[in-house]
Amino acid sequence: MLGMNKNDTRMLLLVAALTMLAPFILNPFPTDSGLAQFNAGYPDLMQRFVIFGIFAIGFNILFGLTGYLSFGHAAFLGVGSYSAVWMFKLLAMNVIPAILLSVAMAGIFALLIGYVSLRRSGIYFSILTLAFAQMSFNLAYSVLTPITNGETGLQLNLDDPRILGVSQTADGSIPVTNLFGLEMRSTFEMAVGPWAFQFNAGYYLCALILLAVFYLSIRIFRSPFGLMLKAVKSNQQRMNYTGLNTRPYTLAAFVISGMYAGLAGGLLASMDPLAGAERMQWTASGEVVLMTILGGAGTLIGPVLGAGFIKYFENIFSKINESVLHSWFSILPDGLEDLLVTLVYPFVGKGWHMTLGILFVLVVVFLPGGLVEGGQRIVSWLRSKKSDDKAANGKTEPAE
Amino acid sequence: MDAILLQILNGLDKGSAYALIALGLTLIFGTLGVVNFAHGALFMIGAFCAVTVQRLFSLSFETIDETQTDFLGNALKVKTPYVEAWFGPQMGGAIIDWAVPLAILFAIPIMVFVGYAMERGLIKHFYKRPHADQILVTFGLAIVLQEVIKYFYGANPIQTPAPESLSGIVNLGAIIGMDIVYPVWRVVYFLFSLLVIGGIFSFLQFTTFGMVVRAGMADRETVGLLGINIDKRFTVMFGIAAAVAGLAGVMYTPINSPNYHMGMDFLVLSFVVVVVGGMGSLPGAVLAGFLLGILESFASMNEIKSIIPGIDQIIIYVVAIIILLTRPRGLMGRKGVMED
Repeated sequence: MLGMNKNDTRMLLLVAALTMLAPFILNPFPTDSGLAQFNAGYPDLMQRFVIFGIFAIGFNILFGLTGYLSFGHAAFLGVGSYSAVWMFKLLAMNVIPAILLSVAMAGIFALLIGYVSLRRSGIYFSILTLAFAQMSFNLAYSVLTPITNGETGLQLNLDDPRILGVSQTADGSIPVTNLFGLEMRSTFEMAVGPWAFQFNAGYYLCALILLAVFYLSIRIFRSPFGLMLKAVKSNQQRMNYTGLNTRPYTLAAFVISGMYAGLAGGLLASMDPLAGAERMQWTASGEVVLMTILGGAGTLIGPVLGAGFIKYFENIFSKINESVLHSWFSILPDGLEDLLVTLVYPFVGKGWHMTLGILFVLVVVFLPGGLVEGGQRIVSWLRSKKSDDKAANGKTEPAE
Repeated sequence: MDAILLQILNGLDKGSAYALIALGLTLIFGTLGVVNFAHGALFMIGAFCAVTVQRLFSLSFETIDETQTDFLGNALKVKTPYVEAWFGPQMGGAIIDWAVPLAILFAIPIMVFVGYAMERGLIKHFYKRPHADQILVTFGLAIVLQEVIKYFYGANPIQTPAPESLSGIVNLGAIIGMDIVYPVWRVVYFLFSLLVIGGIFSFLQFTTFGMVVRAGMADRETVGLLGINIDKRFTVMFGIAAAVAGLAGVMYTPINSPNYHMGMDFLVLSFVVVVVGGMGSLPGAVLAGFLLGILESFASMNEIKSIIPGIDQIIIYVVAIIILLTRPRGLMGRKGVMED
């Protein structure tokens, strides 16, 4: 279907089902139960799932295919956010022009930075991209304050021009972002018994865009261009010796992944029209590396899984505080309860980053292929067990 | 003229920190071939060694002093640090005052141990893996170390003053008839870093151990074939590199109150320093450290900032980009190091 083989079609349909039904899937617990805090089915978090999914898919096109580890991708996300907010300030509150501009701006930035950085490979490339990103971050904080509004971050004002829209609504407030009149924040709530499912317009826009770019990334992975990038990863030297100039290919991959990041930034700003320099900091770049690795670099679905995983645990884990822990372990005897709480406490709540770091180390050490590889290992283990059983029954099957 | 000299001095103390961290990074890279993103965390742990030592020295017990009374007429509780009780008030007071320099003695074994444990426990499994994996695992380790420190010491910067006799200012220009007033501790920091750098270089140059390590850096396989356990020596070098970063951290605490993310702030810059100096070149790392420190302080002069606004924020990165594109091996890079 659509020029994809059966497996890829199945994967796309799986992602489509997951994103479209997310309000149900992420809301398994009734609102009044004690487990309701594990629900992730509210618009803000769901939007972040798919937006960072897009970011990670884009990063994966560069890192997963070519093996170039960029430590500065957050810069493109920041550029995208700033351009989108400027579009809201100057033109109109419609998200389409904002997103288009953010993709275009990120693309231009990626072209410039990529052109310089890709002259070197390996660790030098990582450090060059890191240097560029830190430079943009520092500039956004200091000299470029007229454009970026420095530490406060760029926000909408009542006296912005908005040529095609209105500066302020009839009741004197800032207009909200919309898609031809459909407000991004409008949420339809459906109550089924004790459950409350929320369907948010902004989320569905992001989800549809995610599906589109996921499809695009499948096509890139399977195209001759994608094959060329994989060849660069496995042995660039040999590619060069065959007389092929790999730089146009890697640069194209860099620009594409930069545009993905810009798209994610534009969407972030469309959902919540503000942009701050902290989105460009190198820890933010580290986060997207983490998502991609955790999910499985070089696989199609890995980055989406990784992004969802990290954003989910970031939200849920950081909400758990000491009293929640006490209520969990309250069935245990007092001494044991306190002991468990003191043992677990450093890893939840504010200590979420500690869990993240440990997870990161463990994944890189034991599971370099990420969650996808883990899943595959479990499946193959189950299969081998099944075939063992069959062999024990005396029914041997011919080898394929 | 005064202003220029002052900027050079200003650059020297930051440059010393860059040089020390970059030296450690290069030692690790040159010996083990590992790109250590956790090196900034080692610098930070060193700084917190100083904090810990200062807190240990100030541990005190309370006694009720009958001779002193508060305004209600009750006997006053007086806190006496244990150190003062053991060594007498004069000596004890001096020990507390000199906590930061004394912390060096504590930091060296601790840092060597931390480095040793890191290398044996985690990093040794990554020699054969790609550089990207090494970056990622050490990056994760850096996050963990940072969070551990944050858990025990909190997120706020902790004041750790220098000894009183070294915390004033001195007029360095008096000898040459100029007026250059400068904090004493920064001069101490610079001299200390020179001492450490000199120590490392002479250790590598004049001892048998150092000679073997240098041989191993040049050709690991051959040294191994000669029946020398080079891995063991490289592990020791990792410990030494960790100690260098730690010492840089210990002495830096009076200049900047340590907080848990100070390591990350320095790490990015130190990497840039290493690249500018040339991957794997020890003198290059030191030279580039001081050079970039001085450049940075020049760029933050008001006269220059008024010509090119914001240059102080980006000068180091700009220099790094120019150097990498024109001299890919860095200032003093060796041939054949990281040229894939």
